[in-house]
Parts: sequence; C-alpha cells; structure tokens
Amino acid sequence: MIQIDAYKMLETANGKLPLDISLTIEKGQFVSIYGNSGAGKTTILRILSGLTKAEKVTIKVEESIWDDSNKKFHLPIQKRSVGFVFQDFALFPNLTVKENLEFALSKNDSKEIVSELIELMELQSLQNSKPQNLSGGQKQRVALARAIVRKPEILLLDEPLSALDDEMRFKLQDYILQIHQKYNLTILMVSHSISEIFKLSDKVIVLDQGKIIKEGTPQNVFSEQKISSKFQITGEIISIAKSDIIYVVQVSSGNNIIKVIATDDEAQEYKIGQKVLVASKAFNPIIQLLT
Amino acid sequence: MINLDPLWLTAKLALITTIILLVVSIPLCYWLCYSRFKLKAVIEALISLPLVLPPSVLGFYLLIAFSPENAFGKFLSDYFDVRLVFTFEGLILASVLYSLPFMVNPILSGLKNLPPALQEAAFTLGKSRFTTLTKILLPNIRASLFTGIIMTFAHTLGEFGVVLMVGGSIPEETKVVSIAIYEEVESMNYDNANVYAGILFAFSFSILLAVHLIHNKSRKTSLY
Repeated sequence: MIQIDAYKMLETANGKLPLDISLTIEKGQFVSIYGNSGAGKTTILRILSGLTKAEKVTIKVEESIWDDSNKKFHLPIQKRSVGFVFQDFALFPNLTVKENLEFALSKNDSKEIVSELIELMELQSLQNSKPQNLSGGQKQRVALARAIVRKPEILLLDEPLSALDDEMRFKLQDYILQIHQKYNLTILMVSHSISEIFKLSDKVIVLDQGKIIKEGTPQNVFSEQKISSKFQITGEIISIAKSDIIYVVQVSSGNNIIKVIATDDEAQEYKIGQKVLVASKAFNPIIQLLT
Repeated sequence: MINLDPLWLTAKLALITTIILLVVSIPLCYWLCYSRFKLKAVIEALISLPLVLPPSVLGFYLLIAFSPENAFGKFLSDYFDVRLVFTFEGLILASVLYSLPFMVNPILSGLKNLPPALQEAAFTLGKSRFTTLTKILLPNIRASLFTGIIMTFAHTLGEFGVVLMVGGSIPEETKVVSIAIYEEVESMNYDNANVYAGILFAFSFSILLAVHLIHNKSRKTSLY
C-alpha cells in the first residue's frame, strides 16, 4: 500500500496555488489522475518519485518511509523503486535503443530483462537505432521499456500517450496493460483522456486547483448516478449542427462517432470539446449477433 | 632562420592551459548550471570579466598578487618554494584565469540547453550524479566541449598583455610567439616578425575554420 500526504505551494501561470492531497493506492492498482492543466497532476508524480520536494510530505510505500518532512527525511530519487515515463520521453540521444535500456541496469544485473523487454515491446528491429530516428510511438515504447528494466514497485506515467495518434494510442494502451499484468506493477498515470482512463485504470482521482475533488472507479466518477441506464459511453462533443428544428450533436468516443439529437434548449448548453456521457435506456439499442 | 623556441613554448602553454581548464570547468559548469546558490551571478560575472577587461589590467593585478613582496606571493614562496612572477608556472596560472570564460561559457550553455528531463530520467534509473554527468550529460554536449577546448587553445595562443605583465620576455621560459613578434618589430627585424605572425595567423584561422565546419555538421545531425 502506498500512502501519500503532501502539501506544496505551486507557482502557476495564474499565481500561487496550494497543492494539498492525501492519497492511498493499493499494491498492483492502476490509478489515473485526471484534471485540468496546471491542477498539479504532474507534481504528484514528481513528489512521489523524489524529483520535486514538497513543503510538507509523508510518503509510505509498504513498510518503508520515502519522505517524512517532520523528521526532515527525504529518500534520494536513486533509492526509490520507481520507473518514470516522462511526457517528452527523455531518451538519451547519445545511446541506442538497447543502450538506453542497458543504462538502467545496475552493476551486477543480468541483461536478460533487457532482451525480454525488447521482445515484449517489439523493439527488435530498432534496438540499434538512435532515439532521434524513431517515431513518437516507438520512442514511447522505448521509454516504457526503460522505466521497467529495474522492475520498480511503482510505475509513473506522465501523459504517456498524449502526443500520439489514435491508432498508436490504442496499441500502446495494450502494451501498458500487458506490462501491468506481467510485472504486477502499481501504476500511477496522468491522463487527459476519459476513454483511456476507462480502458486502463481501476481507480481515478480527479484533481482541481490542487485538491482531490473526486475519487473512485472510472464508472462512478465520470458517470451521472441519476441516469438509470443499461448502456452508457463517454465521449467528446465534436460538432453541433442545426438540422431543421432540431440539433444534431456529434460525439466522438474511441473510434466511433455517435450522432445524438438535441433540442434547442439543450444545444445551447453544449459546447464543442465538452466531455459528455451518452446514455440510452435498455429498450433502445439494437443488438446484432456477430458471427 | 627564426628561433623556434617561442613557437614551442606557446604550444606548450596553450596545451597545458587547455587541459587544466577542461578539468576545472566541467565541475564548475555543472555546479553553475544546477546549484541554487544565491550569489551565482557574482561568480558568473567574475568568470566573464576577462572578456571585457584589458589584459594589462588583469596582468597588473596578477603581477601584484604573485609578487613575493605581497601576502599571496610570499605565502607561495615561503611554504611551497614557488615563484609565479616571470616564470612559466606563473604564465600558466595567468592563462588559466585569462582564458576561463572561453572554456566555461560554451560548456555552461551546452548544459543549460539540455532538457532537464535527461538528468531526471537518469536519476530515476538509479544513477548517481557522477555517472549521469559522465555517461549522459557530457556525451550529449560533445560539440560544446569541443568548442571550449578549441577556443581556449586558440585564445591562449594569442594572448599578449597578460603574458607581458606577468611573464616578461625570458627566452625558453616566458617568451611566447606574440611577445617574440613584438620584440622583432621593435628591433626592426620585419622578416622574422612576418614569419611568426604568418604562422600564428594561419594556425588560428584553421582552428576556427575547423570549429565552424564541425558545428555546422553537428547542427544538422543533433537533436539538441
């Protein structure tokens, strides 16, 4: 179990913002942090990994203490069992893909894990290339593999898939799921994508202005409880168009675009880019057997 | 035929100065880049001072400081039996101070331009500061290191004012090429002066040409 309590004054573009959180994560859980930019999501990962110091902080991972500001104790980054995947990958440009992974090994470690990860992440053909010759998705796979070489207890992913196109995202989500299961990691991921959070995580934390405003399963956090439906998906409004006397709202969810009819009053409330829940009563959807 | 001693002495001085400065500047730049020390700006200004100060001013202060009449010079002379005025050793120390910004500035800007996540990534992979510096940071600022080395070497070749003040013109001890040229001109030996000057000119130009050729090439291939 991981227990984090942290307080830190953040310097943001809109002035000072206190980050004040208390968070418990079970071993092996996949937790997502969701919220607006500048809400302090990345800072939580940085405090946990030791890259950023907080004014007041206690971090307990299983039985060991990583941070205790009351006792002025701060475990150095190097001694924390974390893997960190940075937003801009942070691959070492002077090393090849394979060397990037090998760099993470300690002196007496066997190189087996490196070959295993190269195979798992399908990097065989790229292992001798330099990072600058790779595409975004390839770099991301290398960054992911490199973060796991030390078999950390906790894997921290800072918006790992935000720079990728949809096809690549879906593929990498599968890689992340595979890794989560195979190495039994506790994962903490910052993400902007609700569909990604639904697909990957067991628990989601919604952060706003430095505070946790909601937490729970993605289903509970993002769904409106009052709708008694059997069928619901989340998506983003991509267009609102008037058609005769009604409005047609297009919602994109994963690979699908769903058209929903809205009245004049309803359409006034919607904006392009809004996250919405599309729900339908049980009698409405059509079921077709796939053969 | 000209006397080759000044050429040899100049090359030796430039080489030793460059090596010392490389060893000193890497930890200094690392500290300047990552420390949150409040008076850092003062130290950076002091390092850059030789860029704007007339060499004779620096040379004058060093001459005073090195003199056995004064505290620092007396201390060195009494305890270590080292004399820095009008000696090759004194020349090396003066050159190190004089050429410091030429080594520090390129290395420092190279380090500052690296994405901070590179160092952080190495830390999260369990690597110490030293390993991170030698295996990740320095290899990624090779072009800056190269510029620093070449600029320091070339700049030391061409120094005159500081050398004249601190070293004087003792053959095979402190008489470097730039001083030799000055003396040849003073005694109307224009032919000899011409040869010395020509060698220095050709050498300095080819060094700078090499730097720019390599920089243009590395700009095309490097990401950072």
